[in-house]
Amino acid sequence: MPLVKNGRIAIDLFVHVADGAELPGDGAVLISAARFLEDPEAILKRAGKTGVIWPNSRAVDDLVPYLDRLAAVALVFPIFRDGRAYSQARLLRERHGYDGELRATGQVLRDQFVFMSRAGFDAFEVKKDADADAFAETMKRYSVFYQPTGDGRVTALNRRMQLRHSESAGQ
Amino acid sequence: MYAYDELDRTLINERVSEFRDQVKRRLSGELTEDEFKMLRLQNGVYLQLHAYMFRVAIPYGTLSSKQLRRLAHIARRYDRGYGHFTTRQNIQFNWIKLAELPDALAELAEVGIHAMQTSGNNMRNVTSDQWAGVAPGEVEDPRIWSEILRQHTTLHPEFSFLPRKFKIAITASEHDRAAIKIHDIGLRLHKNADGETGFEVLVGGGLGRTPFIAKTIKPFVAGRDILSYVEAILRVYNQYGRRDNIYKARIKILVHELGIEKFAREVDEEWRQMGHSALTLDHSVIEEVRSRFSYPAYEKLPHMPDELKQAAHDPLFERWRKNSVAPHKVQGYSIVTLSLKPVGGPPGDATADQMDAIADLADKYSFGEIRVGHEQNLALPHVAKRDLPQLWKALDRLGLATPNVNLVTDIIACPGLDYCSLANARSIPIAQELTRRFANHDTADMIGRLHINISGCINACGHHHVGHIGILGVEKNGEEFYQITIGGRADENAQMGALIGPAVPYAEVADVIEDIVEAYLALRDRPEELFVDTVKRLGVEPFKERVYATR
Repeated sequence: MPLVKNGRIAIDLFVHVADGAELPGDGAVLISAARFLEDPEAILKRAGKTGVIWPNSRAVDDLVPYLDRLAAVALVFPIFRDGRAYSQARLLRERHGYDGELRATGQVLRDQFVFMSRAGFDAFEVKKDADADAFAETMKRYSVFYQPTGDGRVTALNRRMQLRHSESAGQ
Repeated sequence: MYAYDELDRTLINERVSEFRDQVKRRLSGELTEDEFKMLRLQNGVYLQLHAYMFRVAIPYGTLSSKQLRRLAHIARRYDRGYGHFTTRQNIQFNWIKLAELPDALAELAEVGIHAMQTSGNNMRNVTSDQWAGVAPGEVEDPRIWSEILRQHTTLHPEFSFLPRKFKIAITASEHDRAAIKIHDIGLRLHKNADGETGFEVLVGGGLGRTPFIAKTIKPFVAGRDILSYVEAILRVYNQYGRRDNIYKARIKILVHELGIEKFAREVDEEWRQMGHSALTLDHSVIEEVRSRFSYPAYEKLPHMPDELKQAAHDPLFERWRKNSVAPHKVQGYSIVTLSLKPVGGPPGDATADQMDAIADLADKYSFGEIRVGHEQNLALPHVAKRDLPQLWKALDRLGLATPNVNLVTDIIACPGLDYCSLANARSIPIAQELTRRFANHDTADMIGRLHINISGCINACGHHHVGHIGILGVEKNGEEFYQITIGGRADENAQMGALIGPAVPYAEVADVIEDIVEAYLALRDRPEELFVDTVKRLGVEPFKERVYATR
């Protein structure tokens, strides 16, 4: 499954470590929320980076105390139409100020890329190779956005207001 | 009318390109039907019994003549020459070919029409009063807010994969013509004690197999805060709405299970945490959207022009005028409803030729504007009273002057088993038979206001729960049976109808409805007492006796 990061196919530096398996002494790991919450401090003291896979059925509040020490948070889309992780992503980015890697996992297809990016995701474990290849092109599909989110894209309303101001300044 | 600017146009064109790519991937086999299903549903495409059905949005029920002509063209070029207006200010085409859909969408986009989010588990077309902006006594034009919400809900990055579909309706009148109490969110514009404009926010209404009337979650939310408050509701719903059972996934179930007080606390907490956000609408932003709506340059006209006095001698004209013409906020003008319920016809259908002709009449008599109401009729919202006689003649020739608006034959019906893959029973032939039974307009007039709503299955697209008389198709041992309810209503006093007794077979439905109506005529205490008020006063029992005594 290809990983798209910062807009291009990238090598996944994080090693998925299953719940029972031993954690390597260093190197970046991606572990389950359950495992992480058993002893967060011990895990965060490791030499390598820590990423946590957070389920979409649990409030992100429990992860908030550790956000500044996490290198990645992976949110889950178990099926295409289960959109809970979009809310979690926006809360992490916009309310809790998380600025590490925010990864979309599960049923990730090209038709969600724009939504996911606008919600704050910057890494995507893409289901199909063809979709991963089409990432850059797909992200160019839209140039107009109605809603203000934390992604920094200027909304249609703001563009209109700017246009008005520049018109009135020119008069 | 709201005028799209370059940004609105760009966005719908980008959506068309995206959908064209999705269809291409489906046709090439890159996407399975299962994968494609989720994508087509976000753009109004259903797979029905015989073909794909295509549902196009008519936001807050406002159309220009140019747009209506384009819909006529779509009906002619891509379908079988007609379209079906729905109960949520959409139009459906029933025989569209998948490979041609992108072209149809592109042609619609040229006139600022789209099909975004007319199906799927997202925020659906925002609906409003079909008389918005012209009805006397409105707080203000609710379409300004409908448009702000339309933009905000379009391709929303957080709420496009909700537990279930989500519908918002807005009214600004005392008399609710937008059925806000049967919506996921109902918004009632009003002014608070300080004269500030805002909304009473209702939540958790809906029909289907578990019907609920919406409850007030907040009596007043200022206009500038409406987007953040709606977003707070949606965020709570997106996270906590049930996803384990499709029948329990609507927000009404979450509100019911938590209780409105607890649900309101959750929303308030979320709203508080959002604080003053980018969603807060500056005065200038609201005015920007308002400035994009254009209004006719009305003339100063007499209240009672000579043309109208003369035409009053014609009893047929007078019957139509009294039935289909409503007061306008500007003196000398009227709102004219065009009945899409001819005797023997399927409710809400219009042919391409009719649509073209209505567009011409709108240009001639209504400043090029047409409205679509949830009762599946159309309206011309700005007709000078002096033009009413001419307009009537033209409408009569087109079969659009049936004087049955709000009467027993003004039936709301879903497509039913004739088209729909979910239906258990037919709806349209029941409606057609009823219009024949009550074809005598004098009788219908004498009966007075009476709304019959027919749904072909429990999903309740025909809103049977809130019909004065509701008819619900069910299947019993492979045969079509119908449950009858009475006393429902969808207005500001919305309530669910009560079942009168066991379901009856297809062939007996019209007889039963006739019995109910006859019982009402015998029971009402004066001619002005509406059917629904007689039911309220007497309950179901006397009607039940009448219907089942001989069955």
